[in-house]
Formats: sequence, C-alpha cells, structure tokens
Amino acid sequence: MKAPVSWIREYVDLPDDATTEDLTARLTALGLKLEAIEKPGDQITGPLVVGKVLTMEPEPQKNGKTINWCTVDVGAANGTGEPQGIVCGAHNFKPGDLVVVILPGGILPGNFEISARKTYGHLSAGMICSARELGLGEDHDGIIVLPADAGVPGDSAFPVLGLDDEVIEFEINPDRAYALSLRGVAREAALAYDAPYRDPAERSVPEPNGAGYPVEIDDPVGCPVFVARKVTGFDPAAPSPDWMVRRLTQAGMRPISLAVDVTNYVMLEIGRPIHGYDADKLSGPIRVRRAAAGERLTTLDGTDRVLSPEDLVVTDDSGIIGLGGVMGGETTEMSATTTAVLVEAAHWDATSMFRTGRRHRLTSEAGKRNERGVDPVVTQAAADRVVELLTTYGGGTADPGVTVVGIPPQQAPIEMAYDLPERVTGMPIDAATTVANLEAVGCELDKHDTTVVATPPPWRPDLNDPFDLVEEVARIVGYDQVPSVLPREAAGRGLTREQRLRRRVGRTLAGAGCVEVISFPFVGDAAFDALGLPADDVLRTTVRLANPLSSEEPSYTTTLLPGLLKAAARNIGRGASGVSLFETGTVAFPVDRGPAPIYGVDWRPTDAELAKLLEAIPEQPLHLAVVLSGERERAGWWGDGREAGWSDAIGIVRRLGTELGVDIEVVSAARAPWHPGRCARVLVDGAELGHAGELHPKVCQAFGLPPRSAAVEIDLDLLMRRARDVTPGPEFSTYPLAKEDVALVVDASVTTAAVESALREGAGDLLESIRLFDLFTGEQVGEGRKSLAFALRFRAADRTLTEEETAAARDAAVALAAERTGAVQR
Amino acid sequence: MSGPNTDYDPVEVTPLKPEEVEASRDAALAAIAAATDLAELKQARIDHTGDRSPLALANREIGALPPQARKEAGQRIGQARGAVNQALAARQAVLEAEHEERMLVEETVDVTLPTDRVPTGARHPLTTGAELIADIFVAMGWEVAEGPVIEAEWLNFDALNLGPDHPARTMQDTFWTEPADNHLVLRTHTSPVQARTMLTRTPPIYVVCPGRVFRTDEYDATHSPVFHQVEGLAIDEGITMAHLKGTLDHFAASMFGEGINTRFRPSYFPFTEPSAEVDLVCFVCRGAGVLDGAPCRTCRGEGWIEWGGCGVVNPRVLAACGVDAERYTGFAFGMGIDRTLMFRHGLEDLRELFEGDIRFTTAFGSDL
Ligand SMILES: [Zn+2]
Repeated sequence: MKAPVSWIREYVDLPDDATTEDLTARLTALGLKLEAIEKPGDQITGPLVVGKVLTMEPEPQKNGKTINWCTVDVGAANGTGEPQGIVCGAHNFKPGDLVVVILPGGILPGNFEISARKTYGHLSAGMICSARELGLGEDHDGIIVLPADAGVPGDSAFPVLGLDDEVIEFEINPDRAYALSLRGVAREAALAYDAPYRDPAERSVPEPNGAGYPVEIDDPVGCPVFVARKVTGFDPAAPSPDWMVRRLTQAGMRPISLAVDVTNYVMLEIGRPIHGYDADKLSGPIRVRRAAAGERLTTLDGTDRVLSPEDLVVTDDSGIIGLGGVMGGETTEMSATTTAVLVEAAHWDATSMFRTGRRHRLTSEAGKRNERGVDPVVTQAAADRVVELLTTYGGGTADPGVTVVGIPPQQAPIEMAYDLPERVTGMPIDAATTVANLEAVGCELDKHDTTVVATPPPWRPDLNDPFDLVEEVARIVGYDQVPSVLPREAAGRGLTREQRLRRRVGRTLAGAGCVEVISFPFVGDAAFDALGLPADDVLRTTVRLANPLSSEEPSYTTTLLPGLLKAAARNIGRGASGVSLFETGTVAFPVDRGPAPIYGVDWRPTDAELAKLLEAIPEQPLHLAVVLSGERERAGWWGDGREAGWSDAIGIVRRLGTELGVDIEVVSAARAPWHPGRCARVLVDGAELGHAGELHPKVCQAFGLPPRSAAVEIDLDLLMRRARDVTPGPEFSTYPLAKEDVALVVDASVTTAAVESALREGAGDLLESIRLFDLFTGEQVGEGRKSLAFALRFRAADRTLTEEETAAARDAAVALAAERTGAVQR
Repeated sequence: MSGPNTDYDPVEVTPLKPEEVEASRDAALAAIAAATDLAELKQARIDHTGDRSPLALANREIGALPPQARKEAGQRIGQARGAVNQALAARQAVLEAEHEERMLVEETVDVTLPTDRVPTGARHPLTTGAELIADIFVAMGWEVAEGPVIEAEWLNFDALNLGPDHPARTMQDTFWTEPADNHLVLRTHTSPVQARTMLTRTPPIYVVCPGRVFRTDEYDATHSPVFHQVEGLAIDEGITMAHLKGTLDHFAASMFGEGINTRFRPSYFPFTEPSAEVDLVCFVCRGAGVLDGAPCRTCRGEGWIEWGGCGVVNPRVLAACGVDAERYTGFAFGMGIDRTLMFRHGLEDLRELFEGDIRFTTAFGSDL
C-alpha cells in the first residue's frame, strides 16, 4: 500500500513539523510496517522552475524535424530576469502556457546534467520538461503544460508537480485490511499523534429510493449489500484531473480513463472496491447469485472461465455479466464511448472472494481488499463519491435513482476482562487505559464491573476474540513498554539420548575427516538411473509432490546418495583432489494407509483420531550417507598419498559401531549403486543397517566422480536404537601378554570373517584379541588360495599363562579354523 | 717339593718395575685423553684395560712375586688401574654428553614441513548453529522437540489457526504431496512440532523446535525453498509477553553477545495474538547504524536487524491442541536459522549453505 504524505495529511491534522521519518516510525510501532519511503524529486536537483512561454518560432530542420525556438519567462530564477532562450522539440504548447523549465546547473533523473549548449543554431539555455524526463510517468507525448493558476514564472516547480510529496509504502498485514486505504492509514496516523481525524467516508448521501436501477440479491450471505448509482451524459473523452492522475501514479496505479481512474481513486481513498458498468449495455434487472456448475464467463482480461457453484456472479437478462467482487465481464465493460455508467458498490463475503480469487487465479487490487474484509457500511458513501467525481470531471448528470439492497452485517460484541491486557502482555495496563485505547480504535463499549463489552467498528472484521482486543490495547500502549522478564526455570531433562547420539555421530565423522553437507531432498528418475537402480528397486517408490520445484525432481528422496554424490562431484570439479562428505537427513517412504484426516479446531482430537492422523504420515527414517572420493590421504614429503576405496567406506561404518557400542556385522552383497564385488551389507543383530563399499564404475562415471569412489548409506535411526545405553566399566588383566602369530592358507573364496570367527571360538576364553595383520596371495600359496596371517593375543585374568597353555589355545584355534574353513597352517 | 725361589728379585720382574707401571698408566691416560669419540675411547679401553693390556699383564705377574713383594706391587698396579678406570669413566661421560648433543643437532628437522596428511573434517554450520541455539535453551531448562518434515495438513495449518481459507495459507506457498487430498504437506514451519508437543504433553511446556522447513520460494541469494527454522514454545501458568521478551533478550545476548537485545513491532501471525515481529540490535554497529563513518552493511544503517516473529499463543490454538486456555497462557517465537547464521557470520549468499563446497564448511570446523 502506497500512501502520499500529502494525501494522509488531508484527513488528519498532523503537526507541521512531523517528518515522514517520524510518521513512519510511529506507524510502524502501531503495526503498519514501513516498506520504503519514495521521494519522487530526489533524483532532481534544481533549479526546476515554473516558466511562461513568451514566444515560440517553429524552425524546420534538414532532418525533417521541426524544432521550436522559444523564449521563456522564468522570473528571477536565471539571475537576470531576462527571458531564457530554449530549444524545444515538442509542439503541444503555445505562447502564454505555463511550463516546467530546468535551468543550466540542474540535474534530471539518470544523473542528466543540464548546461547551456549550442544546438540547431541557437544557444539553448535549459530545457522545457516532459513528465517522463522528470520521472513522473511514461507519458512522452509532449512537455508538461501546467494549469494557468499553477504559479508565477520563477516559482519552484517541486511543489507544483508534487515532487516534494513523499510517498510511504507500507506492508499491510492481513488483519489490517482497513489500512489498504488512505482512510485507514490516516486513521492510524491520527492515533499515532492523537491528532484530529476527518473520515472521508463520512458524507451525507442521498436517501435510497425506488427509482434506482433494479437489483435483487439471491444470496445475502455472499452479497449482503448492493448499492447502485447511475451517471448519464458523461463525456468519455474527458481527461482525469492532474491531481487525480498524480495521486494514482504515486499510489502505484496506472491512470487509464476518467471512469476507471475515479473508481480506483475512491477505492484508494475509502477502501471500497467499485465496479462500473456501461449502463447502456445492461439489460433488465441485476441479480446476484451463485453460479450454476458449468456456467461460463469471459472476464475483462479476456479469459473465458468455467464457473463453480461457489462463485458469486452478477447477472442481468443477458446472463452473467461479472464475477462478483472479483472481476467484471467483457459484455458490459466500459469503453471509450461509454456515456452512461452504472456504479456498483457492493459488500461481498470475504471467504467467498478468497476462494473465487484462488480458484480462478485472479489477483487484483479490488480482490485483495474484498477477500481480506472491507468496511460493509461505506458502500453508499463510496458510490456517492464516485458519482460526485464522475459528474464533476466528466460533465455527466447523477441519476436521482439510488438503489440500496440489503443491510450491512453486524460486528459481534466481545466481552473482555479489564485486566486481560495486563495479564497477557505483562505491561501495567489499568482499566482506564484499556477503555481509552479500545475507544481510540473505534470500538463501542458497554462497561461492566470487571469486564467490558466491545463492539468493534465495521472496518475491523479482524476483531473477534478478547485476545484481538488485547493486541489493540497493547499496540497503543506501545510494544516498547513490554518488560523483559525471564520465565521461571523449567525442569527440562536436557537433550534426549537420540539428540546426543546424533551429535556424537557427526563428531565421529568429522573426526574421520568427513565434511558435512546439507542437500535438497528432492529426487527424480534421472538420479535413480544414474545410481543404476533396477526398475523395481524399492528406492524408486517415492512420496511424490503435487507441485514440485522441478518436474525433473518430483519426489521427496528415498536416498541421500544423489545429493551427496553431486556435491562430491562439484568439489572435484572445483579442483579438490579428494573429498570425503557426509550427510544426515530424513528420507521418505510412502505408506498406504489413506489420507490424513482434517479435524475441527474447536477442541482436541481424541487419542484415537490423533493416532489415525499420525499413521497416515509417510515413514521418514533418518539416514546417514558418506561418499569418499579421490585422494583420501595426501601425498607429501612423508611419501605417497592414498586414494579412497571400499575399505574406507566399510571402515567408517565400523568406526561408528565402535563409537556407539554396536556390533557391526559385514557380509558381502550386490546392491546398486555399489560395485557388485565390492559391496558390503552391514547388519546389526541380523537387521540390515545399510550398505557400504566401492561405487559401481558406471555410477562414478554418471556422477563425474573419480574411479573407485566409495560410499555408505545406513539407517541412522536403527543404528541409534541399537546403541549401547550405559557402558559397563571394562575389566582387563594386567598379567603378562602371550603372543602367537598364525598363518593360514585357505581357499580364496573363504572370508576373513569366517576364519577369524573360527579362530576366536577355537582359542577360547584365554584369547584377548585377534587381528589380521597380513594377507598374501601368489605362487607360494597356490592358485585360488590365499594366506591369512593373524596375531593372536592371549592373557588370563588371574595368572601368567604358561607356554603350554598358550600353545594349546593356539592349536585349538587353528584346529577349529581347519575344520570349519579348510585352513592349512603354513 | 721345591720352596719359593728365594733368589727371585722382584725388581728384576720388568713389568712390575715402578717406572714401567707408571709408563703404562701414563700411556693409558694419554690414550684416554686423546680419544675424541666413543669408538676411540672403546679402543683405548681395550688397549689399556683389556686382558692383553700392559697393566693387566703386569697384574698377572704379581702372583709370581714372593709374598713380601706382592703387597707393594699389588698396591702399585691397583693405583695405576684405578687411575685409568677413573679417567675412562670421566672421559666416557664427557664423550657421551658430546655425542648426545651432536645427535640432537644432527636430528634437527624442518618443523615447518606440512603435516596435513589426513584431511580435516567439519560439521555443517546449520547443524552446529542449531545445536548452539538448542544449548542456550537447554541451559534454561527447556527441551528440544522434533517432528517429521512431511506432515499432516491439519497439524501444519488447521491446528495452528490457519483454516482452509486463511489468507496466510497463500502467503506460505506450500509443497503438497500427491495426491493433494491425502492432506500431507512438506511442513512450512516447525510449528507443527509445537502442536504435537501440546497435543501429547501437559503443561508446563518449554520446548525449542529446530528443523528443516519448505516453501515454494525461488532459489536465490536470500531465499531458498528448503531452509531451517527454530521455534520456541512456552506454556505455563501466568506466562505473558514480558516472559517472551525476557526469553528473546536472553537468547539474543547468548547468541550475539552481551548488550544485544530485541524490540517488538506489532504484526500478524494466525498462531499468536497479540503478535509481534522481533528485531535484534545490530551486533556489528551495536545499534548505531553507522560503522566507520559509513552506513552499517549488516543492518543497512537501520541499527536493527529483522530476526523473526513471536507472540502470545492464540487461545484458539490452545483449544485445538487440548490445552486448558483458562488455566494456561503461552508464548511462541520463530526465526530462520539460515538467516541468523547469515548475519552472524556475514554470509552474502544463502546458497553457499547448500552447495556442499568443503572450503565453505571446513572454515567453520566442528562447532560455531
Ligand atoms: Zn549495523
């Protein structure tokens, strides 16, 4: 909402010395938030003066153009009092006209410096200005010709053109629709300064009579009031007055024609949207009703619309002539030949306006006001004001008929305890302040002992609850008066176990050299294809969005890998030689348990209702994904670097298992997007946690990653659920350690885990630890065989082990490994 | 059986002659003194104290002397060997000290060599930022509540006094899941977590709700369709706007430093009534609006930074969520974590948070 300061001042007696900055600061404190202050003249530096054209001599030029060599009286503004010689290319003026002159030394918008210069054989000392050159509009048909009474030569042209009139742009919150008018803004300004206010909607209007245009309302809920007035004999060519054009332009509306401009002007002034019909195109009585399904209307914007039974329509004998309160129809549109105007000022149901606007994707200045709620009482005043302006500037006659159908809806009274504002805001607000402030916003009060019953003014349909009244009382007291007090200390239990575990996981991964990223969780087939997922892969069953950002990524993701792999590729593309990234985030899997119900809001749903609602929500487990790409350890003076590989990926899962006290089981698996021979399925107590390993070469290629990049994706929720809760204090022996190394040759297909677990079991209780320290293949062990060297470490809790005991344990270990895996000791 | 050789003249046993012993001793002492490193000293030890050294050989001759001569010769040899051993020990200590000193010098390295063998990891500032905020509230005894991002429409809108025709529903352009009549949305704020908390717990409630939220915004330097919010909710007996102000002032000071507080401006949110927008004293210019003679860039010369929204929980919300509005009042607030970090750390472009460039993230390390 843009409001020129001069227009605000028309309705409220602000102190002369109140600056625009002070005004906007006070209005912001009241809830009308300042968006910007426009100073139309701030791109212009003087001298910009009123000039009177004394002579003009047309001089045809070789290029076919004709210029005018003018002398202009600029009073004493040029320092000499002599007429100023100026060359002008425009022709829409004559000697004796008052014009706007910028003299040498002045600067026009665009930092255009004016100097005396030789042109067309004359010394042109200044410029006669057009509206466009002054930044006042796009009209470039000619220079500005001022009204004869605009001033005398030499006067500053700034006030004459309104260039010193600042325009305030407000951001109006949805509850303050009344401030979408100068009437409302000025009312708030009066409140801000406790200054006298004149309501522009307060005017004497002619009594309704039966001679007006016939109107019937079939749906008084949708359209409680319909006022119709008529102007005849109107001159469609009559221009809008300059002041109106200027104000409309200042308010951000484009001047079109007198009839349209007047309706827009009154909407800005009073806040009531007005519709004008070409009265000669109307046939028979006007009726307001809901549309029938399938009815159509071509609206003013040329769109043919299929209407809904919820849409309110205005009809005459010809059929539907308008989408009530939203947009008129083509058939009764005012045109350049319209001489009779039927003025409609109707009150429309805000909810219906909102729905129709949304259904037909129509936004307009009128719709914006109608759907937020307009003062239902000012329909007659607004129509009368339109009639006044049309007849004053268009030369028509007001038809004596005045149609008023329906009665404005009443505001429901609200009862509030006097002390509620104090109890809610914590500010010391006594009953007298409460009463005064409610009256200041226009409420009618009925005062009882402990409560006040307030009937809000008709322009405040947003006031419905006692707490709404509290806000009105409080904003006038001033939010800056709210004390700063800490509430009592709450008895919280700190972070939940899961919240602490999540931090621990993040720190562990950062400690492992991984950098966290946060990606958008949207995914599409292209990413699934790049991952090489088969057509029936469970990850392709997604929660789809009805209105995705991009049709390429229409779903909420089921895997964090696409985002992560893209981020890795981006880093590599930007020159990183290696990158280790991780992300924790929710993924989503659809559930097919019906729609989520919509309950009422007047009371809490039952537990059963709530459960039904919660179970309709998709599964959203928290996942963790890691990608390790390119150089994992750097080369340097210490030696070679090392590329990331499958073992780094599996190592990270194991590291998390160790950190969280979870036994991680690793088995080989083949699952996209991993390399089928280098993929581990990771399990916890037999439940699948996820996968880790080297990515399939095609996947690396598809995402632009270095070969042998590795990745992990696990269900972090599951891992955290299995995390050890309370760690028991460890027990360990301080007796001497006994070391035994064994090298076992097995078939290449036997897994290390199988050999290790056989050794562990065979070695028995004396075994403290076991670790593979060498892996060897080659001629010495034979084709298809491999040698695994394990370090076994034995220790007893209560004694020093003898060599015989150790050897027996080792032999038992080897024997079981031989039995289980066919291992042969080297 | 033959008796001692009474004819044997001790002075005639050459190695035991005093001058010979002295000469051997002096030769040994000279060799020890001449040893310049531990190897030479070792050689001198072998040469002069070893089994085949003159003093050792001389010592062996003592047994051949008549008893009356043994004592004197023994004393002489003993003194000489003692002097030699003493000199050896002393020289050994000196040479060892010299050796160690030399070794330490020789082992000197260039400590300016790079040490970045293993790359450094980091956590995302949005994660650590949310933790920082959570910790501030946990320190006040609040708890951290969370909820799903794909949320029931009723919880995201209706329960929060955003009815089906509420204008605010168009203000927040929402991602809907398919089919739309499943009534599921990507949550547009973390407020449904507040609703869930009220629906499942009895007051007093003091929770802070950080999380990821979605709106169908264009993606540019200051807007993102995916962003992060933190909201707070307090429901207790006697809660007022003053407690809201106190809490936000405390939050601001904890986050931005002592003396950085907030101001309220009347505003509108369906969830709260009365409602306010929260501005934060610009922590760069400390409210002056001017920095080094030029308008402050962080607050664009305003002295204040728009931080978020807040208010007293609308009794309609309390009713929908089963809180006894006669007994309890509450306050709620919310702000963007992304935005908060942008001005706390002087970030120019929101998109940096979501690009995953390790140079950006590692700059923040593992905590803020
Ligand atoms: Zn600043």
